[in-house]
Amino acid sequence: MRILLIDDSKTMRNIQKSVLKQLGYTELEEACDGQDALSKIGAFKPELCLVDWNMPTMDGLTFVKTFRQQDKTTPLIMVTTEAEKSRVIEAIKAGVNNYVVKPFTPDLLSERIAETLAKCGVSSS
Amino acid sequence: MDASYITPFMTSIQNVFSTMFQLPVEIGEPRLKTSSTTTHDVSGIIGVSGEMVGTIVLSMPSDAAEAIVALFTGMQMDADSDDFADAVGELINMISGNAKAEFQRKAVSISCPSVVIGAGHRVASSSGTPCVVIPCNTDCGEVVLEVALREANESAETTTKAA
Repeated sequence: MRILLIDDSKTMRNIQKSVLKQLGYTELEEACDGQDALSKIGAFKPELCLVDWNMPTMDGLTFVKTFRQQDKTTPLIMVTTEAEKSRVIEAIKAGVNNYVVKPFTPDLLSERIAETLAKCGVSSS
Repeated sequence: MDASYITPFMTSIQNVFSTMFQLPVEIGEPRLKTSSTTTHDVSGIIGVSGEMVGTIVLSMPSDAAEAIVALFTGMQMDADSDDFADAVGELINMISGNAKAEFQRKAVSISCPSVVIGAGHRVASSSGTPCVVIPCNTDCGEVVLEVALREANESAETTTKAA
């Protein structure tokens, strides 16, 4: 499965990569903000995106809204420090399929990925 | 400064450190920062805007910062490297974001983090906003959180008098 990690923090992308590799996912691509992610989507064709909220150039919410104009089905999981209920609702309205609040444990992230793929009817292989 | 602005940061640093790298944090007695208080060698800084304004700083001696970043990233890093600064920035980002969630009734935004590295630097909060220093003891050494916050519609002068 091709997974795109969108976060301006290389540290956070590395942590996510480590969790995903332990889960057996090896086709991983990285983007440092929403704009960078949009430029990589055409070639990489992600089957799942993990997207941060607060990023320079283009934030995660703008990315989600832009991405959803062209792709209604690819699962998107927001992984962010934005924990307020109002933010979660805003993100879901914009088109994310699930939400993970930082800090997270590896177990929580893997649970949310499995839950999201099952909900979206995507095979995790 | 309202004590309810401080407590979320105490629980947040404990939550972030324990969840991300299983490092217990013992919170010391918060105190008002005076102009003579020096900051440690490494500072991660987040700006707060919206209905509350101010600055949150995670300040650490080099040794403690290197040990904490090693636990967080799983790698020993040179304090001069971009990756080291990135890790410190992500820590203060998570601490601030987590604490911000406790201000449910206020529309508050946080900036992308900045990191300052170098002995003897001092991070100044905006004029008139009191800054509370929260000492945090860990097995990697003592780090401090500096919280300088006020309500946006409250003048800096009023905040100083209240503190």
